[in-house]
Amino acid sequence: MSPRATVALLALLAAAGTAVAWARRRALATRAGRRFFGHPAAAWALRVLVFFSLAAALAPLVAPYDPGAQPAIVTLQNAAPSWAHPLGTDVYSADVWSRLVYGGRVSLGVGLLATAIALSVGVGVGATAGYARGWTDALLMRLVDVGLAVPRIFVLLFVVTFWDRISVGALVLVIGLTGWFTTSRLVRAEALSLRERPFVEAARALGASPARIVWRHLLPAAAAPIIVSAALSVGNVMLLESGLSFLGFGVQPPTPSWGAMVADGQGQLATAPWTSFFPGLTIALVVMSWNALGDALRDALDPRPEVS
Amino acid sequence: MTAPVLAVRDLKTYFVTPAGTARAVDGVSWDLHPGETLAVVGESGCGKTVTSLSVLRLVPEPPGHVLPGSLIEFEGRNLLTLSAPELRAIRGNRIAMVFQEPTAALNPVFTVGEQIAEVARVHLGVSRRAARALAVDLLNQVGVPDAARRAGEYPHQLSGGTCQRVMIAMALVCHPQVLIADEPTTALDVTVQAQILELLARKQAELGMAVLLITHDLGIVAGTADRVVVMYAGQVVETAATGDLFAHPLHPYTAGLLASVPRLDGARGRLRGIPGAVPPATAWPVGCRFHPRCPHAWDKCRTEEPPLLDGPAPGQSARCWLVSEPERRKPA
Repeated sequence: MSPRATVALLALLAAAGTAVAWARRRALATRAGRRFFGHPAAAWALRVLVFFSLAAALAPLVAPYDPGAQPAIVTLQNAAPSWAHPLGTDVYSADVWSRLVYGGRVSLGVGLLATAIALSVGVGVGATAGYARGWTDALLMRLVDVGLAVPRIFVLLFVVTFWDRISVGALVLVIGLTGWFTTSRLVRAEALSLRERPFVEAARALGASPARIVWRHLLPAAAAPIIVSAALSVGNVMLLESGLSFLGFGVQPPTPSWGAMVADGQGQLATAPWTSFFPGLTIALVVMSWNALGDALRDALDPRPEVS
Repeated sequence: MTAPVLAVRDLKTYFVTPAGTARAVDGVSWDLHPGETLAVVGESGCGKTVTSLSVLRLVPEPPGHVLPGSLIEFEGRNLLTLSAPELRAIRGNRIAMVFQEPTAALNPVFTVGEQIAEVARVHLGVSRRAARALAVDLLNQVGVPDAARRAGEYPHQLSGGTCQRVMIAMALVCHPQVLIADEPTTALDVTVQAQILELLARKQAELGMAVLLITHDLGIVAGTADRVVVMYAGQVVETAATGDLFAHPLHPYTAGLLASVPRLDGARGRLRGIPGAVPPATAWPVGCRFHPRCPHAWDKCRTEEPPLLDGPAPGQSARCWLVSEPERRKPA
């Protein structure tokens, strides 16, 4: 490993540690912050996510090698972890750690972008249905019922078979557009209850338009459940992307993605387990971290007072 | 007499419920003249609030609906036939409303300054900065001390009285012609009530607004209203100038309400009330709707519904057969 990559790795670890320590110090001043860090896994989840997000963002600095480079496909194939290749090399002689770092760009990026799409559609549909009620609501919610009744992985497989090599952008779009159903139900339920609150009636009496009422009065008040569901959704989407890539339908080689890396290594699980193990471990760690983050946010944003 | 700024004619607002159609407002008419205060009084469930909500078409539909044939005339236009955008241009701008629970009627996630500024941005189209300055200015006008700092606070940081001042500031942003105040002081301490009413009266005089005051508190009516509309069971049962109404109420319901007010002077005894309660709006009684609770009721009251009959004082009328047959009134 080059001195640059070593320094970068140590800097990342330090950055994740200090960033979380700093956030924690500030958060402990507020009640919601205390509840957030009261969750046993919140601090570790944040560290993991900060570490991998920074690694992905700064990938060219962090990765010791070019993730696509296959320097010696015969002599360096499936090399065990060593100082030169801290997580070993894969079947094409590429450095696993470098691919892991770059793969984070794809895996985290897909997770965040697809969640952003799912969230936008879900919030839009849910708020419209909940505020408008009547036939608009009935129509949209029947659509959601259909969406929830069809297995998502089936829809995804069906769609991706139309493309020989699906682009990452299209994958994000497809995952996003199949993932908004539960969010829309959640937001609709919030909107249905919030629209009856006196401050919404007051806003109508003061001449606010439906769009303004939804944007200014319903959504801010419904922010807590939306944020929680977003955090949980990112982990979920990453798992889905990994699964698709593992099956060969998702991100296409040579673009590294954690799911595809697991798939690349499955042929030599007995002889070179590190090629699948480290990407698999990373997926597990990051997805668990997103889930823990969602859980901790749920605790923190719960409007009910603490029971002491 | 000048032309009314707001005229309500034969307003009928019904609600479709599983128990049947609730005739919450059933043929109500009144005029609100420029600069005057018209009080609408009555018990809970008699249709006061639904009347005020109907004026700005704020009745939730469904289950509620205003029947065709009703008329709400404001500046020569029937508010019931306006499109949604036309209506929004009037709400909060020409006709504003102040609600009963000030702490609940403010959005908890925005500062009060932002909420006042929002009204200015909706109706006056001013810049963010100008709207904020206007908000602070209005908070000053409604007597909130240290307005600049208060503008940056959230509703939960303020007292109920201050919140109601904020609501009034929001209502006054566009200098409305008509202010509808639905139980504006019910949720407040008595000392604060007086301050809020004083504030309303002062702003009314300054801006020449007409105020529609919805209340069940006859003490407030006596102190602030020019004319009174008494509602019972979805109908207007008596209307009169405030002085006439208190001096010689025509309708037994009005008399009952007046007698129920505890007095500081005079004989002490048990508090008096009107026996019974307002019947459910799905099943108003046949004949006079007050007859089951009326001490004077006779056969005619149980079968024939009285129209509004003009009484002796000018502008006073009551929906009671006693107006035409005063000899049947039993001595109190």
